[in-house]
Amino acid sequence: MKYDLIVIGGGPAGLSAAYEAYNRGIENILILERDKELGGILNQCIHNGFGVHSFKEELTGPEYAGRYIDMLNSTKVDHKLDTMVLSISNGGDVKHVEAINTEEGYLSLETKAIILAMGCRERTRGAIQIPGERPSGVFTAGTAQRYVNMEGYMVGKKVVILGSGDIGLIMARRMTLEGAEVKACVELMPYSNGLNRNIVQCLDDYDIPLMLAHTITEIIGKHRLEAVVVQAVDENRNPIPGTEQTLECDTLLLSVGLIPENEITKNAGIALDRRTSGPVVNEAMETNVKGIFACGNVVHVHDLVDFVSEEGQKAGRSAAKFIKSELKEGQEVTEIRNGDRVNYTVPQKIRLENIAESQEIMFRVSNVFKDVNITVRNNDGELIKKLRRPVVAPGEMEKIKLKRADLEKANGLLTIALEEVI
Amino acid sequence: MIEMICIVCPKGCRLSVDQKADGEIIVMGNGCNRGIPYAQKELTNPTRVITSTVKIKGGIHKRLPVKTSTDIPKGLNFAVMKELENIEVTSPIKVGTVLIENVLGTGANIVATRNM
Repeated sequence: MKYDLIVIGGGPAGLSAAYEAYNRGIENILILERDKELGGILNQCIHNGFGVHSFKEELTGPEYAGRYIDMLNSTKVDHKLDTMVLSISNGGDVKHVEAINTEEGYLSLETKAIILAMGCRERTRGAIQIPGERPSGVFTAGTAQRYVNMEGYMVGKKVVILGSGDIGLIMARRMTLEGAEVKACVELMPYSNGLNRNIVQCLDDYDIPLMLAHTITEIIGKHRLEAVVVQAVDENRNPIPGTEQTLECDTLLLSVGLIPENEITKNAGIALDRRTSGPVVNEAMETNVKGIFACGNVVHVHDLVDFVSEEGQKAGRSAAKFIKSELKEGQEVTEIRNGDRVNYTVPQKIRLENIAESQEIMFRVSNVFKDVNITVRNNDGELIKKLRRPVVAPGEMEKIKLKRADLEKANGLLTIALEEVI
Repeated sequence: MIEMICIVCPKGCRLSVDQKADGEIIVMGNGCNRGIPYAQKELTNPTRVITSTVKIKGGIHKRLPVKTSTDIPKGLNFAVMKELENIEVTSPIKVGTVLIENVLGTGANIVATRNM
């Protein structure tokens, strides 16, 4: 089968990208989704708080997904469920997507453009190497969320949560409401990466203690988890001897970070950015392979689904332009680099020819800092833009909008950094 | 002066709230107008939207996600969870379908949050 556009992943990024491309005149679009329905992780995020930006109202995850699914159902965009993409390859003007499902077997599809929207995966116990025994009862928070909210399995009765990212906080409340006792939420850093509102409505509302600058140093239990050892850490995040305390529990939920899922990307030879673990993208959300775009958590992990949808829209718009040969290749490439106290930027490259008025650059800072300037400097170190911020934190993605006139001054390189207020 | 974090939207503004002798509540630090009624409610009668699931037969999944149609007094969280235990619905269900009307006399309905 031949398509104009194949979108890999039917979560919020893919849905929004496909919808936008369709509205820009591309009709022959296929979404490939490995789960048995569209919507992605939103389907298990039954709590509310989604859509404050996109829909100007507060929706639950399934409601937010439902809106996009309804929007797509009003178009001619096609999708295949239960379908796993095995690989993609670049044959220049024609790209190949190899996929498999139980109804049609092995599928070899051809397309003019591809949008990568595979999302991200949770870090596991193995990724953070917690010492101790290997009993059952240790879950990533998202896995537990799927079990409880969709499959109807209660994962445990006495729970400890490691990591205070939003999924961990949301699951603390969810487990409590379902009758479990959540003993503590343990966070390695001296601050939480979760939204303040989630600390209030998920922990404080239910008197769940948040143990900052603590970690778990041992897992105890022969068959089922019996206890974990919690220890305070010093400023270098090393456990402090003598601070050990044992918390009895049958379940440990890990909310210790997300990693963009890029096996397909990597195998296709697309350049990845070590800092984001996602593909390097330009102003059009295009990877270093012409006609292959990416959006959402596969590029970098976002704070809010609203921003994922927005990025999907950007990728969808660009893919439509590419298919209609309206996307300029651009001779003049400006590289965006992260300077002092900035961990990464997206996009990493900008082609001036494709910028009509302005370009937004997203980035994350390396730590919590108070009263700082966000600065943008050009290749010669000259200041192009400066924004003062009362507080910045790694948990909150920062954005800076650069006008075309600012970008013209770049001279090939822009560095985004945090600088002291003088 | 009471410090609190507004939970109306993901921004999470830090509010400073003062209650005068005559009972008037003054709110500062709110980024938008929704912060004022939130702070006033939080001091007098804190409310939350409850989201959970109920049993569903014949659906693509075992559980149907639901929510209270409006925020309800915070103290009723567990009582609402108890009400949901007794509900069992059969697919197909449309998003927005009312499963319990006026739950516990709060004026809020329990509604389905997806099609299943």
